[in-house]
Amino acid sequence: MSKPEFVYTTFIRTTPEKLWHALTDKEFTESYWYGCSLTSDWKVGSRMHMDRGGKVMNECVVLEADPPRRLAYSWLSVFDDKMKTERPSRVTYVLEPRGDIVKLIVTHEGFAGDSTTLPSISEGWPMVLSSLKSILETGKPLILDDTSSAKA
Amino acid sequence: MIDVNAFKPAFVYTIYIASTPEKVWQALTSAEFSRQYFSGFAIELEQKTGGAFRVLAPDGSLHISGEVIEHDPPRKLTITWDVNWPGLVEALGSTLVTYDLAASGETVKLTMTQAHDRALSDDILSGGRAGWPAILSSLKSLLETGKVPTIQMEPPLKLLAALKEMGIKVPGM
Repeated sequence: MSKPEFVYTTFIRTTPEKLWHALTDKEFTESYWYGCSLTSDWKVGSRMHMDRGGKVMNECVVLEADPPRRLAYSWLSVFDDKMKTERPSRVTYVLEPRGDIVKLIVTHEGFAGDSTTLPSISEGWPMVLSSLKSILETGKPLILDDTSSAKA
Repeated sequence: MIDVNAFKPAFVYTIYIASTPEKVWQALTSAEFSRQYFSGFAIELEQKTGGAFRVLAPDGSLHISGEVIEHDPPRKLTITWDVNWPGLVEALGSTLVTYDLAASGETVKLTMTQAHDRALSDDILSGGRAGWPAILSSLKSLLETGKVPTIQMEPPLKLLAALKEMGIKVPGM
């Protein structure tokens, strides 16, 4: 219970290239991210936005893009009045190939101590990254009863 | 019995699995499943509060021993999880592991909480932080695909160095 950050590691039977595509392709993201799509040209400095139902949920800027190894973007949740006043946080993906597996480490950091975004994304990431692993390994995303809290 | 209120969470890992709570419970508590997703280790659990919990290494030696503290299938299981290295429990205290299972649609939310009754260094905790995601990722793959990926893990060097510094001898090292 130290730094205000969220770190999650998962192991996925896939290739770094397929995982990179899954993290950055608009249609593919929508298929497992509970209806949320990510749109960007993925150049450093470019805008990235995460939309659900035609509404922008998170405003982001690409900070690092080294396919298929490392991706980072800033993150500002704009769907919530309190969250959109917070300073933007930062998400970093590190993809490490291990035989026929990829180790994926997601770090979401840069939060103020009283951030309300941090508890929200801490709930959301395990849902999203579990669904990502499922779709890459089985072809099917996860189906949850209540995805309204899956804001990540 | 230990005082569970003295234990504070040190590492929490949540994973969603396309399965039923009954199947996830079975996978968490039986050798038949654990040998597949837990590097050949066999989990043996007496299905009752106060029952014995053991993990046997592939060569049959006792690796982890513990006791069932809370047993509420298929919703909640709390066990003590003590690695059988000489002096380890005396130095670090018991480790308390809780699995919470909740069904959501066609999916199970599994939350693993590792708790301790004292503050431990990041180096000591690095073992669990590295190990649990690999074990539970493998369990998810097994239940969803019937197959287990082979995850190559580095030895937990920071943990081993920290244990050595505390005078704990790690067998085979």
